[in-house]
Amino acid sequence: MSTPIAEVRVGLATCGIAAGAEHVYDALQKSLEQHQLDVCVKRVGCMGMCYNEPLVEIVSGEGNSTVYRQIKPDDVERIVCEHVIGGARVDELAVSDDEFLRHQVRIVLENCGVIDPESLEEYRARDGYNGLRRAVQAMTPAEVIDEVKRSGLRGRGGGGFPTGRKWSFGAGEAASEKYLVCNADEGDPGAFMDRSVLEGDPHRVLEGMAIAAYAIGASYGYIYVRAEYPLAIERLEKAISDARAEGLLGSDVLGSSFSFDVTIKAGAGAFVCGEETALIASIEGKRGVPRRRPPYPTTAGLWGKPTVINNVETLANVPWILRHGADAFAAHGTEGSKGTKVFALAGKIKRSGLIEIPMGISISDIVFKIGGGVLGDKALKAVQMGGPSGGCIPASMADVPVDYESLKETGAIVGSGGMIVLDEATCMVDVARYFLDFTQKESCGKCTFCRIGTKRMLGMLEKMCKGEGTADDIDRLAELGQTVKSFSLCGLGQTAPNPVLTTIRYFRDEYLAHVEENRCPAGVCRDLISYRIDADVCRDCKLCVRHCPVEAIAQGDGAFQVIDQSVCIRCGRCFAACPFDAICVQPGKVKA
Amino acid sequence: MTRLTTQKPKRSIDELLVSFSPKAASVIPILQAIQAEYGYLSQEAVRCTAEHARVPESAVFGAATFYSQFRLIPPGRHLIRVCQGTACHVLGAADVLDSLCDELGIDEGGTTGDGLFTLESVRCLGCCSLAPAMLIDGETYGRVTRGAIPGILDRYRKGDAG
Repeated sequence: MSTPIAEVRVGLATCGIAAGAEHVYDALQKSLEQHQLDVCVKRVGCMGMCYNEPLVEIVSGEGNSTVYRQIKPDDVERIVCEHVIGGARVDELAVSDDEFLRHQVRIVLENCGVIDPESLEEYRARDGYNGLRRAVQAMTPAEVIDEVKRSGLRGRGGGGFPTGRKWSFGAGEAASEKYLVCNADEGDPGAFMDRSVLEGDPHRVLEGMAIAAYAIGASYGYIYVRAEYPLAIERLEKAISDARAEGLLGSDVLGSSFSFDVTIKAGAGAFVCGEETALIASIEGKRGVPRRRPPYPTTAGLWGKPTVINNVETLANVPWILRHGADAFAAHGTEGSKGTKVFALAGKIKRSGLIEIPMGISISDIVFKIGGGVLGDKALKAVQMGGPSGGCIPASMADVPVDYESLKETGAIVGSGGMIVLDEATCMVDVARYFLDFTQKESCGKCTFCRIGTKRMLGMLEKMCKGEGTADDIDRLAELGQTVKSFSLCGLGQTAPNPVLTTIRYFRDEYLAHVEENRCPAGVCRDLISYRIDADVCRDCKLCVRHCPVEAIAQGDGAFQVIDQSVCIRCGRCFAACPFDAICVQPGKVKA
Repeated sequence: MTRLTTQKPKRSIDELLVSFSPKAASVIPILQAIQAEYGYLSQEAVRCTAEHARVPESAVFGAATFYSQFRLIPPGRHLIRVCQGTACHVLGAADVLDSLCDELGIDEGGTTGDGLFTLESVRCLGCCSLAPAMLIDGETYGRVTRGAIPGILDRYRKGDAG
């Protein structure tokens, strides 16, 4: 039976699969088969609306699209009967507004969630590999570099170094053997931009790599992918073998004299390998320990040969620039920051997901217009950008535009793209401690400042979170942070103090409350809070009594329970168990 | 218990080694292949890798202990990995980990006495919109609460899942 429906898309990236999209996909196929419908069900990458997963999109023959959200296998039959057969949209299950997408500009993500990532044909149908064709058939390497320089593209991995300039350093080396490496070791907790691009549009990254390799004169490339990204690796493997079969990789690419091939290297779980010299050591089979620069990898990189290392998102911009020209790219963004940036928006936000915004829009536009505001309509406290290398920008500065220079002034960075929204129930001292715990554990231990400095900083923060710090500790912590920043060997240590320094700068009051009053204003730090039972709300069900591991809860003077503060270990189990919200958290150290 | 009977016989380390060229750059891919087959790296695995890649055993051991992916002791039958990413952290990941420790009676990194579960924390599973999240073998569980944990674990104990 034919229907007016062109295709049905199911978002099957890691986030969709985690939300149960595979079951929805199976249910769809089964239902369409039962109704004997000849409709193509397509597995696509991340559609960006993670808060609405699993997602099903139905596209009509005229190209009209309806997106269905939070679909369960049980909803499938209804969608098939009413929409696919009947042609009537099921309003109840559909995404009703386009606020999430309206403020975005899609360059890097133009194909994500639209094409089947495993289909080279679909990528080509959307002008895929035409950028590479233009480069190798109509341009010299110098012209390619010039085009990228004029576009204003800067490194999207966090550094922000102008991509065209990096390429010209690589191209300027006379060596006969050079390498092009794609850095896909996305290690920041709370960041999944690169994974989404690799899972949703892998050919785009390969095309970007091939163009970069042509520009610098490399004939061999590596993609260094996090081991935790098995689906991305699987899709890249297929993409590479399909591209080879079509003459898009290998010798004489697209009939030119340019040859280029790519090997995947799976990382093995070390955050420091995102740093380029550590990444090189890891590809060479060694412990991922960074070394001093210069010489920069563009002079002496992999096996001592000139090596250009670009991040996934940087390379994913390149095919678009070659197809549309530098001017079209530079039309987006600000004076110093051209184009777009992809962010993974998460934390205490209503609409979390993968977004791509033109450089220069404000943080508050991202949080309130795209993200729909803070979860539970609470007040925005801060936005953490750049993960363990970045900083916290307070709500009072939410008007700051997202571009390299403006964010640097705040003490944070654009970073690789993690953007975590924090509300009033987030303790900033705890956030600083959390990130430092991360960097301290991931420090490779080679240089003293990072190895011992981060350890000591973490020690001070842990003391503060327990109410054992002093006001002097805050200044000592800031001073040590500056020292670690100045003297560490690599980017990990040089940026590790940022979360601490920005929180001290903008939330000093909160640090003071911890050390002077032994109080955690957000009610997070376990040693600096107490639980109390509101006698008026308590229904005397005694569920809390059963959950308490230390028998700290006993019958009060009436039909309610009371917590004995001298016994309570503040584990929070009663708080989680209470069905009536009768247990409340009070900031302030327990007075037994 | 049915899983045991359906498992394919494991390939020997020598069989795994043949597909890797004998050079230092093969060390990490070899260790990954051995761990994928056996679940961990034995002393024997480290020795054979060194021999094959023509590097000192200390260099292989160095790599095996540097990267968090590698484990030197066999894991339990089901591997529980609790996400400690930023989004999960601010939405209560510490509580999820605590509950699992309580429920299983082991610390983070430990394996239960019956060899059924190994509990680990991971930096980020990358499904931040499902925070707090955890992964058991290949299955992701999102918006995990303390109350949901016993029920989830029971499915594995009874052999209904995984």
